[in-house]
Parts: sequence; C-alpha cells; structure tokens
Amino acid sequence: MAAAESYPDDLRYHPEHDWARIAGDEATLGITWFAQDALGELVHYEAPAVGAAVTKDGSYGEVESVKAVSDIVAPLSGEVLEVNEKAVDEPETVNEDPYGEGWLIRIRMSDPAEIDALMDADAYRAHVADQ
Amino acid sequence: MRLGEPPGSPRPPPLVRFADKALRAFPEGRRWHGWEQVVGGRVALVEATLERTPLFARHVSLGARMVPFAGFEMPVQYEGVIPEHRAVRADCGVFDVSHMGELHVDGPTTAAFLQEMLSNDVDRIGDGEAQYTLLTNEQGGIVDDLIAYRLAFGQYYLVVNASNREAVYRWLKESEARGSEVRDASDDYGLLAVQGPRSLERLGLPDAAAFTHEMGELDGVEVMICRTGYTGEKGVELCCAAEDAPDLWDAILARGAVPCGLGARDTLRLEVCYPLHGNDISPETDAISAGLGWACALDTDFTGVETLRRIREEGPARKLVPFVMEERAVPRQGMPIEGGGEVTSGTHSPMLDRGIGMGYVPAGSAAPNTELVIDVRGKPRRARVAKKPIYRKGE
Repeated sequence: MAAAESYPDDLRYHPEHDWARIAGDEATLGITWFAQDALGELVHYEAPAVGAAVTKDGSYGEVESVKAVSDIVAPLSGEVLEVNEKAVDEPETVNEDPYGEGWLIRIRMSDPAEIDALMDADAYRAHVADQ
Repeated sequence: MRLGEPPGSPRPPPLVRFADKALRAFPEGRRWHGWEQVVGGRVALVEATLERTPLFARHVSLGARMVPFAGFEMPVQYEGVIPEHRAVRADCGVFDVSHMGELHVDGPTTAAFLQEMLSNDVDRIGDGEAQYTLLTNEQGGIVDDLIAYRLAFGQYYLVVNASNREAVYRWLKESEARGSEVRDASDDYGLLAVQGPRSLERLGLPDAAAFTHEMGELDGVEVMICRTGYTGEKGVELCCAAEDAPDLWDAILARGAVPCGLGARDTLRLEVCYPLHGNDISPETDAISAGLGWACALDTDFTGVETLRRIREEGPARKLVPFVMEERAVPRQGMPIEGGGEVTSGTHSPMLDRGIGMGYVPAGSAAPNTELVIDVRGKPRRARVAKKPIYRKGE
C-alpha cells in the first residue's frame, strides 16, 4: 500500500529527494515520498555498513525498484550508527511509510552546520513542484 | 499520423523531452540504470517526436505513467509493476500492444517467399494457424522475431516488434518476390493482449489450441482472435480496426481485466525466458546461440541457414542462459558475468521475489545449476544458471 504524498514540516530536505530528521547531534535519513513514487515499488535496499562514513551530497547506498536503481544521496555528513534492517528485509516498507518505518540510516553528524544548507518543507515542496 | 490521435485532439504528436517524470526526478549526478533506459537504449535528454496509440487518452485517464518506448508514448505502469504482474499470473490483465508492427504479405508466391525469408517452416502452418519465427540475416543473426499468421492461401499477416517495424518492412520489401506484396498495415490496427489463467473465461471465449486464430466479435467489436501472447499464461491477442480500439479496451476492462503496462510485460516475459529483441537477441546474435534453434527449420533454405547449420554442427561458443540470483541483488542489462559473459536482461521477479535474468555465457558454463558471478556495479554477486522457464506455475 503506497503512502499518500506528504512532506512533513519537522524534516529538512536535500534537493536530490532525501530527508533528515535531526535530534541533537544525530540524524535519521531517508528518501522522500517523491523519490519513492518516482522509483516505484522498491525491491532492494543496498545499505551501508554500520560505522561507515557518509559525506553530504555523496552516495551512501542504493535503492532499487523493478524498473530502476538509484543512488541514495546523503543530505548530511557523519558516521552510520544504525541501518534500518526492516527496510533491508522488506524494502516495500519505504513505499508504505517513507518518513517512519521506512527510514534508511541513523548517523552521528560530523558537521551540524551543514543543516543550514538544507531546505525546509515549504522550500522542498516548491522544488518538487518544479520537477 | 500513426494509429490516429485520441478523439478530439487534432494536433500533431507533441515534441517532448525524451524523459518522463521518473527520469527527471533524478537528473545529472546520479547513476540511473533504468528499465526505460535499457529498453529505450537512450540515456541523454534528446528531443523526439513520439507517436501515440489509439488508446493514449485511455492510459492517461487511468493515471498511467507514460514513457518513451520504440518511438511511442507508452504506459509503463498504472497501479504498479508488481500488482499488474500478479494480476496476470493469478487472473487476467490487458496490455495495449498497438505499437507493434503489422505487415500483410499477399500473393500467390507468398508461401515460397516467406519460406526463404523466415527461419521456421512456414509450410507447417495452415489457414487459421500461426507460428513463432525469425527474420535472419546472412550471418544467422536475428533481424527480428515475429509471429506469422496464415489467413488463407497466399495471405499472411506478420506481427513484428515495434522498434523493428521499419527494418522488417524494408528488408522484406527489398527482397520481395514477383507474386508477393508486402504492405505495412500498422496504422490500421489496434492490438490488445489479454493474458492470464482467467482471461478466456472473462472474455467469454472457448478454449482453443495455442497458435491458432479466427475472426470473431467481442461486445460488438469485430476482432481477430489470436491464441498467442508473451507472458507464459493462457490468453489471446485481439487485433481490431484502430478506430475500434477504445471500445474494445473499455469492453475488456468492463469484463474485469486489470490494465497492465510495459513494466509488467517485461517481468512476465523474463520469468518465462522469452527473449526480447534488442536485449537478448539482435542482428549480431545468432539463433542457435540464443537457444532459438527450435524456431529454425534447418532442413529448409532461408537466409543464413548455412551459417546456422555450421554453428549447430560445431556447437555455439556461447549460449543465452536464464539465471536466478543467489544473493540479494537485481541484475541489469550490460552487467558483466565473470569468465566472459554479459547480462542481456535482468529484473526482480515478482513471483520468486529474487533477481532473475538472462545472459550470454561461455558454452562450458551454460549447464543448469552452474554458478555464475555477476558484477553488480562493482560488487560480485552469485547467481545460478536455471532451467527454462525460470518461473513455472505451481512452484
């Protein structure tokens, strides 16, 4: 069951259709509703290893649908603390709940100042409307 | 104009960006090994005039995601590839395949002409019968794979791949023998594939042998009913006048068929190991190496037969094999197979819930159960050669 289109106000967004939920010096990352809708039903999530470093604007993994595969772009830099194993085992979770059960990784940020470069929900909605 | 614009839309086909919304969502900077890209064979944004089938307006009103395919704007999916795929395996789905090419070859010498042009033994089909066959070149390469229908003595109807329509027409026209006339009738017809275990029941049609055809009527629309398809399921392909296609489509949906796009068509055919021209077979690949020797009557004389006889005699150096991934990964066209091979088609199988594909491997690695290692964007991933078909009902 695919989720309805939404871009929650409490998240920050990267123009490559990735979101970040900030909590102290940690952030949970995932792909937006727009990204999962463009890809279609996900069948594979190639996750990074716990402890790996991710770099803002760089790829940290891949999500794959029947039709296509896409890099997952990190909106922030840091170290991977946890991978969502539910998304690995049941990638369709990302389609069903992209901002909740379908999160992808949790990181400890190495440069919290990077947050300022991300979009808020209103700016991202405008960005999506342009696509 | 091809196959007519939707009613009330007299303007010419639009000049569109050669990319749909899905492609534009991930522009430069991301690697994009998309199904659209693989099949279309194009990556860059290029301007192109796309044609539309008579059902274009129907697809749009159903919310289909439209993509460029073989020069047409075609629906890749409506609800989603996986539910559409499952509908065809469990019940009944309908595909608009009006983009495919239809040729008529008529005249008293047609049977002899087609016997020289096509790989299969055309003399083995009588009126009301059809056969899968290949148009081959001098090297035994495959110009196209197609279905030849015998309508009557000296009257044949060929359904060819959309992307090869021009090539096949030109090839046959240039070789045309006295007493045979080749005519491209693609603009005149709509073609709908209705596939699935309940398809005949839903259409109210009696069972009939595969590869037969007859004229009939469905809910007031005159149709040629062909017991053919490319999904591995029971079903029919219905050919009608282009202007009747919307009514036929509506009637089939009203009977409970699920609209299905090219995405499901690709996963369905790959699960049963039917080759896709442009991916698995091409003018550079010969019929024997592709495992299509069964569609070649080597005791008849057709273009390239001597090469094919020799390849069969000596044994092909490489073979097209189906495989199933042993690890979580989705193989894609163009990925190298260790030991000198290449994936020609790959996807995620909705029925097996695993990566599956086909590819050419050295003949020594072609036996079922042989382990293969596929280079999935730099990561080695294990796969195993499967028996055809990859998916079999009840497994």
